Amino acid sequence: MNFFILSIIKAAVVASVLLTTLAYLQWVERKVIAHIQVRLGPSRVGPHGLLQPLADVIKLITKEDLIPPYVNKFIYLLAPFLAVTMALISISVIPFGGEIQVLGQRTWLQLTDLNIGLLFILAISSMGVYGVALAGWASNNKYALLGGLRSSAQMISYELPLSLAIVSPLLLSNTLSLRQIVDTQSGSILHWNILRFPAPQIVSFLVFMIAAFAETNRVPFDLPEAENELVAGFHTEYSSMKFAAFFMAEYANMVTVSCITATLFLGGWQPLFPAAWGSNFVPAAVFAAGGLVAIYHGLNPARRRDRLTLPIVGVIFLAIAALFLIPLLQQALIPLFWFAAKVGVILFVFIWIRGTLPRFRYDQLMGFAWKVLFPIALINLLVTGLLVALS
Amino acid sequence: MDVILFLIFAIIAVVCGINVVVQTHPISSALSLIGVMGSLAVLYLLLGAEFIAMAQIIVYAGAIMVLFIFVIMLLNAGAESKKGRSFVAQLLGMPLLVAFLALVSYFIQRLFPATPLVQFGAFKSGTAQNIGRALFTQYLLPFEVTSILILIAILGAIVLARKELE
Amino acid sequence: MNGVPLTWYLILSAVLFSLGIAGFLFRKNIITVFMSIELMLNAVNLSFIAFSYQLKQVNGHIFAFFVMVVAAAEAAVGLAIILTVFKNRSTLNIDEVNSMKN
Repeated sequence: MNFFILSIIKAAVVASVLLTTLAYLQWVERKVIAHIQVRLGPSRVGPHGLLQPLADVIKLITKEDLIPPYVNKFIYLLAPFLAVTMALISISVIPFGGEIQVLGQRTWLQLTDLNIGLLFILAISSMGVYGVALAGWASNNKYALLGGLRSSAQMISYELPLSLAIVSPLLLSNTLSLRQIVDTQSGSILHWNILRFPAPQIVSFLVFMIAAFAETNRVPFDLPEAENELVAGFHTEYSSMKFAAFFMAEYANMVTVSCITATLFLGGWQPLFPAAWGSNFVPAAVFAAGGLVAIYHGLNPARRRDRLTLPIVGVIFLAIAALFLIPLLQQALIPLFWFAAKVGVILFVFIWIRGTLPRFRYDQLMGFAWKVLFPIALINLLVTGLLVALS
Repeated sequence: MDVILFLIFAIIAVVCGINVVVQTHPISSALSLIGVMGSLAVLYLLLGAEFIAMAQIIVYAGAIMVLFIFVIMLLNAGAESKKGRSFVAQLLGMPLLVAFLALVSYFIQRLFPATPLVQFGAFKSGTAQNIGRALFTQYLLPFEVTSILILIAILGAIVLARKELE
Repeated sequence: MNGVPLTWYLILSAVLFSLGIAGFLFRKNIITVFMSIELMLNAVNLSFIAFSYQLKQVNGHIFAFFVMVVAAAEAAVGLAIILTVFKNRSTLNIDEVNSMKN
């Protein structure tokens, strides 16, 4: 019985955290891109536009829900549902931390650990293409159809380099269970699969990242929704919450792909260097430094209201830093900190690239997958296998 | 629990299977077929074939069916017309099929009268490690031959799909 | 009762196989016919896995694996053929694709 209660609690916590992250990821993206383009980004709703996601949700819910005539209604309604479900399911096998003790119960900071965790993720991600393809087909709109066709071709093509890039770190870790993959990378950054002896996986990391950009339909591979050719691609005919569902699916895909990258290549929740060298104090130090900077700026304010707000923010940061020093909470919080830090960095790269790179042309996109990424991933796999076999 | 799971997914599989046959639009048939494949994957899990279950989703549902849907979308295939069916086929088809099914079921029941019940977790050898070991030792030659088969299939598909060189 | 008899799996497999035959025989659309073949292959796979469970060996899994590989190759070539047929005759009805010359 305890097992069921614990599982439900864990699922509820993960779902709520994930959904909040998705909402704020969009805010972060708008802010970062705005700063890349020397703008301010959302700034009206709440301080620094922090309430903007909430306002967006209210706007999307209250908008008129249009279903165009001549659509295939069942598939039209199924598509956004599929897209969101497939995007959210994979988070259930991601390990966020080690084993912890809550009220006498030992549990893992992971929803479930499968023997075939990685295959499960591949399976779910290969189902993700249906949401987009069916949306494009059911809308009965030529732009949507073109977007759907493009995206299914693109996602099939990039799945190959993606899978091949996943196989090479598997050769090092020798298991498909994500929990064990993280366990085999313990130690320091030199034990992470990206730098691990005998075959550092830098190449397959890059291939994986590039293929992941294509799988999530992000710039520079966002051909399926290229606005200057296809209006909005596959979701042209979707409005209100159904549009929001596609939007959410895109961000959920980004988060899951980042989690997988962190788990496979960057050691999951393992710290940057061993605890013996004091890695347990890094989170506290980071937050304390942030708090001190905020308080310093509060004492020498640039604007009048900063005199009040920044010290409060600083004190909150210091309190969080103190939390990281409580031995009882350390066990759970420190892995979470490292995991969140790695995922955060990868997500920032996603946004950064969107702000920097132009879009590929369609033939370049396909040629790149088949003529560049695929051979590179294959050769990397061969070399990795050779090095692992020789050592 | 096993019985409930089996019944749920068997019923889904059969309903989707019927749907594959009776739907007139190819896209609906394809979606129903994906339903069959998904529920079969769950049944494989119940039978302890975890690797094959995931391979089923990845290869069948995730690759082959995407190709089908891609082609249906590309050709913009519409619903098929009902006319032109053979009278004899309509009259005799279903009864013969049901008779065939009854016969097969009868033989299955007679051939396996008292097998032990299928229990989830009783057979744990279907892991990726075991399959991989069998593939690369006992079945190495067939495995290599399939790679040649796939190579031929790729070449064939390219030859068929490329534009005429004139 | 905890667990289902093996025969249920085999009968389910037989039912799906018959549905595949029905689709193969009754349908006119070449793509649906092709999908019915896939349905039959799936039904056979279920039998393989069930027998594999019964004999406590992985050989059935390997067979199912090879069936999948063959199905993938078949789908690639078959769909390419369908594309070519459609390009030449602009129909998907198998009854209209009955002459060697068009």
